[in-house]
Amino acid sequence: MKPFVIALMAFLAVPLAAQDSMPPAPYAYRQLDDPRQEAAAQALMETLRCLKCQSQSIADSDAPMAGDMRHQVRMRIAAGEEPEAIRAWLVERYGDYVSYVPRVSTATWPLFAVPLLILILAALILRRRIGARGGE
Amino acid sequence: MIPELGLAALWLAAALAALQLTGGAAAQRGDAGDLAALVRPAAILQGLLALFAFTMLLWSFVVTDLSVKLVADNSHSMKPLIFKLAGAWGNHEGSMLLWVTVLSLAGGLIALIERRLPERTMQATLAAQGFVALGFYAFLLLSSNPFERLPVPAAEGLGLNPLLQDIGLAFHPPTLYFGYVGLSVAFSFAVGALLTRQVTPEFARVMRPWILGAWVFLTLGITAGSYWAYYELGWGGWWFWDPVENASLMPWLAATALLHSASVLAARDALRSWTIMLGVVAFSMSMVGTFLVRSGILTSVHAFAVDPERGSFILALLALYIGGALLLFALRAGTISEGQRFALLSREGALVFNNVMLSAALGIVLLGTLYPLLAEALDMRVSVGPPYFNPMSAVFVIPMLMVMTVGPLLRWRHDNIDRIRLPLALLVAIAVTVALLVGLLASVGLLPMLGLVLSVPLALAAFLPLKGRRLTRVPLATWGMVIAHFGVAVALFGMANESAFTRERLAAIEIGGTERVEDWQITLEGVDAVAGPNWTALEARLIAQRGQGEPVRISPQARNFWTPPQQTTESALITRWDGQLYAVVGDQTGDGRWQLRLWWKPFVTFIWYGGILVALGGVLAIAGRVLGDLKRRRVAARSMARRSERGRLRGAAQTAGDRA
Repeated sequence: MKPFVIALMAFLAVPLAAQDSMPPAPYAYRQLDDPRQEAAAQALMETLRCLKCQSQSIADSDAPMAGDMRHQVRMRIAAGEEPEAIRAWLVERYGDYVSYVPRVSTATWPLFAVPLLILILAALILRRRIGARGGE
Repeated sequence: MIPELGLAALWLAAALAALQLTGGAAAQRGDAGDLAALVRPAAILQGLLALFAFTMLLWSFVVTDLSVKLVADNSHSMKPLIFKLAGAWGNHEGSMLLWVTVLSLAGGLIALIERRLPERTMQATLAAQGFVALGFYAFLLLSSNPFERLPVPAAEGLGLNPLLQDIGLAFHPPTLYFGYVGLSVAFSFAVGALLTRQVTPEFARVMRPWILGAWVFLTLGITAGSYWAYYELGWGGWWFWDPVENASLMPWLAATALLHSASVLAARDALRSWTIMLGVVAFSMSMVGTFLVRSGILTSVHAFAVDPERGSFILALLALYIGGALLLFALRAGTISEGQRFALLSREGALVFNNVMLSAALGIVLLGTLYPLLAEALDMRVSVGPPYFNPMSAVFVIPMLMVMTVGPLLRWRHDNIDRIRLPLALLVAIAVTVALLVGLLASVGLLPMLGLVLSVPLALAAFLPLKGRRLTRVPLATWGMVIAHFGVAVALFGMANESAFTRERLAAIEIGGTERVEDWQITLEGVDAVAGPNWTALEARLIAQRGQGEPVRISPQARNFWTPPQQTTESALITRWDGQLYAVVGDQTGDGRWQLRLWWKPFVTFIWYGGILVALGGVLAIAGRVLGDLKRRRVAARSMARRSERGRLRGAAQTAGDRA
């Protein structure tokens, strides 16, 4: 838990002054009026990584940068953009790292190949362990 | 002087661990001579010496001996005593010393009391225990000496970080360490059984309390950590798939599988090599957990690569233990027969299925945790988070939950589907009803829906094994199973409800203004500046009213600590039986209004109640098993005494007859 706490404090320790000098981001802490749009924004925000924190999405972080990103997401959703288009825009800006939904790429293919392997392995083990004896 | 005594004790303990290893190894070569006889005493003494060393470290912290580097770095003369003590293990060196102390005390304990296994198996077990301990002693003595002195004593300690002065944080890591160490004992037993080819039901019975104990500690540690994150981070999230969380989840998954496999071995003499394999995996996972948390690799892979001494040491230990154990397993597994056979539809069949599912889920978590680190080492940045972990692990967890519902109803070895047709139909009917109700009344995502649909029948099915039995005569261990399974259902119900029906309200409101979330009305009465010993805070006075109910006052705070400067949110909670209201106060907006974050989280508390129930089930199972063992031992002793009495009488009669 300790590194987690340290990371947590690292981002909490961002001086207040920096927060005041940020451009205003009213939608960081404000919901969209249309519940459908807000739900779409919330679903998207939960899958975007807060770049200043450890293992938190921008939907659960107090970091100013996460607030800024929430503002961006809500504004764009309100403007009628598709969530995946916003994700693509953020990925272009910050890299794949910002998205918690891994895309299949040269860097990430094992994340999809290995579970498949696990699935096959599990099926094989089950077959050997119990399947063969089903007739007993 | 005190620290030097501790250090000396540590060196002696390391030497004894080496002796334990040599003695045990000698015994394996058929040399049951003097060395082998030393194994048990060496283990006991080693435990005592490690305890002594740890006590010396505690003492250095109690008196705040600032000539000791660790004390100067992590303590402060003004700290309250309890946090001075907790400071002893709230750092790298101290926590590793605690690890090895618990490890060697556990070794000493089994050396002292465990007499059920063949002596050679015990010696091999203790040798393995000594081998594991030796690695940690080497780590402590060569690269993380907790007793290191400063050339010039510090004037004052550095460790007065108020955020770390939290009683939960002080006891959370040791809880997990107890879990890790329990699994290392199980591992030693597995190695001992494997070396001497004694993979018997007796071995499983001896190992089981240690697995159960480890499992209880891990369960409690995970539950507490989750509640802490929920309460402290201020956004109502309770699981982040953070590597540190996964570091405790992975051993838990492995321990759960091992526990059930060992039960099959104990009851039915089946799944021999599978149990051994899981023993190796469970210990490996606790080593991986230790590595993740202790090596500093999580803060930054690159920082780790620049100063890799400690991390590489743990990594080398990891490779040595896991590699060695797997090699041994590969060499010996062929000589272990599989044990009793069973049909597909049987209690064993269900348990094997779930063991495979648990192991597969473990594989997913392991992959998702380690892959980003690996990618980062290769200069690629990959994020793996809930959108990956949730569906991927659900592929295995959902079938597991289904089988878990019916598994305990099945008979050992072979069962007939007709026998359980009625309860099965009932459970399916309940599941369908829940699905229809939820589907009609709300629109819910697939995973929360499955969670809701499975949790209700699972909760009911948990109690079915009690059907038709006199409740007072049901063994404690069976109660343990019932309660633990029920706990899983309760936690699942909480998780599914929280993710399906949470209502969120973010708003900026003026003093006197009112906001609504679900059926709550929250009025902002005022905002005050308040001060604590080392912080100032803005405290919002809120009045929360549910429907026409009694208004409740709550006061969330936004705190500013000044040494070091940090900001924290202190959320305010109102707990009702069917959920929690979660309120956080944020900054003031330009026009003088206040940011409020409000959530209604239905049944969220069930997540942690479930965790506690699972742990309680574990405790009941341990109590049942240990009491059973004690009773058996008493009966055995009595019959032994009776037999020798009879022998003596017969002998006396014989002599009398001879004389006559």
